[in-house]
Amino acid sequence: MVTAAAVWAALDEIPDPEIPVISLVDLGVVRDVAVDGEHVRIEFTPTFLGCPALEVMRRAMEEKVAELGGQADVTVIQDDSWSTDRISPAGREKLREAGFAPPTPRAAGATTLVQLQSKAFRCPYCGSTETRLENIFGPTPCRSIRWCESCRQPFEQFKTI
Amino acid sequence: MNARAQRLLAIADDELILGWRDSEWTGIAPTLEEDVAFSSIAQNEIGHARALYELAASELGTDADALAFDRRPDEYRCAPLVELHLMDWAHTIARRYLYEEADRVRIDALKAGDDAELAGLAAKIDREETYHRLHAEMWAGRLRSEPRFRDAVEELWPYALGVLEPDQRPELARRVGLELVDANERGEHTPELTELWNEMTEVRRSDPGATW
Repeated sequence: MVTAAAVWAALDEIPDPEIPVISLVDLGVVRDVAVDGEHVRIEFTPTFLGCPALEVMRRAMEEKVAELGGQADVTVIQDDSWSTDRISPAGREKLREAGFAPPTPRAAGATTLVQLQSKAFRCPYCGSTETRLENIFGPTPCRSIRWCESCRQPFEQFKTI
Repeated sequence: MNARAQRLLAIADDELILGWRDSEWTGIAPTLEEDVAFSSIAQNEIGHARALYELAASELGTDADALAFDRRPDEYRCAPLVELHLMDWAHTIARRYLYEEADRVRIDALKAGDDAELAGLAAKIDREETYHRLHAEMWAGRLRSEPRFRDAVEELWPYALGVLEPDQRPELARRVGLELVDANERGEHTPELTELWNEMTEVRRSDPGATW
């Protein structure tokens, strides 16, 4: 007998393919799980539409549900419902421990260059706010590169969207 | 093909072909940081294309890959602006800047439109485009007084107008600060599209119907 709680727990074991310290559940991309007998419907929201890991995540979810004895139907929801504010507090802490500065809370309007250049970003290694933007773009669409003036270490910033 | 599918394909084709053109800078951009930025933007535009193709595919009973790669060049609905093969940095940045401004006008209209599914997707795309716009605005600000950049913007301006519907063009002209002129309209392809298509679809055509 597959239960929704068992599915959530199983999905929480799936690491993000590109930032494996955080699970899909902590990342906030699993929007809903509905169980009907063996049939499990999962609603999933991509972080960035350009994320190349989308298919990998979908397959990982299907495999996890199959291990529980269920059959997953993963629906990708292409609307505005995911933002970086959906990353859980535990997920933000895991990002920080792994050397990724977590995204800042999303303000009412769109992010500006002035905000990105501000001192609001804390170095995940030494905690200093003496950091500067190196490149808005990083190794994946969801990451930027910053530089810490205090410990002289580059680090990655999860983009706020 | 109904009007909704045609509209979705026009936007998706713009994003795919521009993403493809921008990806041609991977490895040869003028600085390492720009190499990363251009590649990342190109990847994200292709992601937007995929999402739009998926909406069109459910309308047309096919799949996103078939729409992206299995049509003939004359069946694409992209604007000539995105087709141009510009191996010059001034023109490349001018195109990015003009495209982002035109795309913003288009996205705002989609967000406010009565097609709820497309409005939701447009809102998601809009969030991500914030970062493309920051990049374009930074470059446009840096190069604004450079004659090569200004000439490139002027040269590409009729093409940029062709990205939008006629009733959306005054808003673009206002944003960019240029006068309305005759546009290079969508539907009239440049020879460059066929060259790009030959390369873009080469692997897929090598084994039609294969599972990759």
